[in-house]
Amino acid sequence: SYYREIDDEFYEELEEILVYADVGVATTGEIIERLRARVDQEKLGDTAKIREYLSEILMGMVGTDGELELPSPSIILVVGVNGVGKTTAIGKMAHYYKSEGRKVMLGAADTFRAAASEQLTIWSERAGVPIVKHGEGADPAAVVFDAISSAKARGCDLLICDTAGRLHNKKNLMEELKKIGRVVDREYGGAHREVFLVLDATTGQNAIAQAKIFKEAVNVTGIILTKLDGTAKGGVVIAVKNELNVPVRFIGVGEGMEDLQVFDPKAFVEALLQEKA
Amino acid sequence: MAFEGLTSKLSEVFKKLTSRGKLSEQDVKAAMREVKMALLEADVNFLVVKKFIKTVSERAVGSEILESLTPGQQVIKVVNEELTNLMGSTVSKLTVASAPPSVYMLVGLQGAGKTTMAGKLAGYLKKQGKNPLLCACDIYRPAAIQQLKVLGEKLEIPVFEEGQKDAVKTALHGVQYAKDNGHDAVLLDTAGRLHIDTELMDELKRMKKAVDPHEILLVVDSMTGQDAVNVAQSFHDTLEISGVILTKLDGDTRGGAALSVKAVTGQPIKFAGVGEKLTDIEPFYPERMASRILGM
Ligand SMILES: Nc1nc2c(ncn2[C@@H]2O[C@H](COP(=O)(O)OP(=O)(O)OP(=O)(O)O)[C@@H](O)[C@H]2O)c(=O)[nH]1
Ligand SMILES: Nc1nc2c(ncn2[C@@H]2O[C@H](COP(=O)(O)OP(=O)(O)OP(=O)(O)O)[C@@H](O)[C@H]2O)c(=O)[nH]1
Ligand SMILES: [K+]
Ligand SMILES: [Mg+2]
Ligand SMILES: [Mg+2]
Repeated sequence: SYYREIDDEFYEELEEILVYADVGVATTGEIIERLRARVDQEKLGDTAKIREYLSEILMGMVGTDGELELPSPSIILVVGVNGVGKTTAIGKMAHYYKSEGRKVMLGAADTFRAAASEQLTIWSERAGVPIVKHGEGADPAAVVFDAISSAKARGCDLLICDTAGRLHNKKNLMEELKKIGRVVDREYGGAHREVFLVLDATTGQNAIAQAKIFKEAVNVTGIILTKLDGTAKGGVVIAVKNELNVPVRFIGVGEGMEDLQVFDPKAFVEALLQEKA
Repeated sequence: MAFEGLTSKLSEVFKKLTSRGKLSEQDVKAAMREVKMALLEADVNFLVVKKFIKTVSERAVGSEILESLTPGQQVIKVVNEELTNLMGSTVSKLTVASAPPSVYMLVGLQGAGKTTMAGKLAGYLKKQGKNPLLCACDIYRPAAIQQLKVLGEKLEIPVFEEGQKDAVKTALHGVQYAKDNGHDAVLLDTAGRLHIDTELMDELKRMKKAVDPHEILLVVDSMTGQDAVNVAQSFHDTLEISGVILTKLDGDTRGGAALSVKAVTGQPIKFAGVGEKLTDIEPFYPERMASRILGM
């Protein structure tokens, strides 16, 4: 190949692709800077090669984690803001892990939203796993307490607990979540614990604040990125991963039970860089 | 938030300027770069931002902004004015059908807040002395009908449902039921769907044809990012929405989606959802939203 000037306009186009994918201006700036440095250093003029480097940078940022290991027994707490897809993701995970031959149980600790436990009950029936629930308005920490006792008694491999959607800027609701975390510490210290934050791919830069504050409150250990079956790219997880180093574990690609996939950084980055038709 | 206020950024920009007088193209460019960053940080769609920056630049170049002691404030004033203009400068209300019942159809992506908003609007109309009916047209989501029923019970407002059979027929029969039973407003709660799901978008089209709703309201999560324009465009192309409702504004999102949605549909934002309680509904104030998007 021959050397040719890679101009500002070229970089601007790449920048736009990233911003359009919700990567955010700050992280986009950082990515382009790294790309420029590498291109200048290697005196690259081949745009296809440069795009390849861009993919590499993005993949390095979003996915250098090992596989998720869930020894028996494990508990997964699922948290996030309102309407992102927590309950649905739990239904899908229940199915996923049950298909792997695990003994799964669900805890319906969203006692707040109208018909939340009915919704999770339908998912438990679809997946064919037991569920522990209380009435609307019950103390969510008490549900988790009961679910843990029940999981222990039945010798479950995996307990997955739903929680009510809550905006991260609601102090009292975040305190309630911490309380649930303490119940798990106290009652299920012997279990491996994961806390999955569900992020909606259509969400913009607010996802960064969500991740920060949920991580501070309950030590988030993984991310589930939902609704990637739409046209949103979910690029904000790159910024989230970059700032907080929390691995993305699963993606949601629909409303059906099978619409959950283990996160694949390469496929994610490829889809992200694909320009609009 | 870590976001540095646009005001201080702009004063930084203008501190570097030495000459006073009319703003040059260069000066405006430097200032607009900061405005552009702020809007993108706030999730305004980048095509909308580009267009907006062009408009504001044209207004700012050659103006007397620099005569002022605080040119940064002046630029913000122009930006703020244009933003408010874009977002519609007055508070919009729900319109009422001349022959009752007024039928309001709520549509939008999954999890945006439609069902909750149907409840909130029903409560709001009841408070105004109306006799609303909630109609459960989401036949897909697990426990969606039950969710609406729980809301109806809390509000003491009846809920019409026909199980999970046929969304369009449920809507049609619900409107007929309202006519027969003296309800002057009907709120149709529809299932969340992706704008690219042609089958489900077609269901909405058929529902619109069947009941001829007085308003079709697109419910949009205020945390939505760049994709808001695609969503709004598709829903508007398919249904000709009459207004937008922005939800979850009780969060700390800057809410740039508001601007994107308004810019592509041209339809007013009529209400804001500001919490999970059924009373957490407010009229939408464009000028407040402009300041919020700018981070002020
Ligand atoms: N298209 C699509 N829709 C999804 C996906 N995941 C969830 N949904 C839909 O999003 C909506 C909200 O999902 P829920 O699982 O109820 O979300 P949640 O976070 O539990 O909501 P709250 O408990 O109210 O905070 C439902 O209509 C789901 O069917 C996904 O991956 N793709
Ligand atoms: N904090 C806050 N939460 C809201 C607001 N509006 C709705 N919610 C919550 O957002 C979540 C989703 O609301 P729904 O009304 O179920 O949304 P939907 O659009 O009907 O969802 P689908 O039917 O699954 O598409 C629930 O947890 C609601 O309580 C709001 O203005 N503020
Ligand atoms: K959402
Ligand atoms: Mg839920
Ligand atoms: Mg709903």
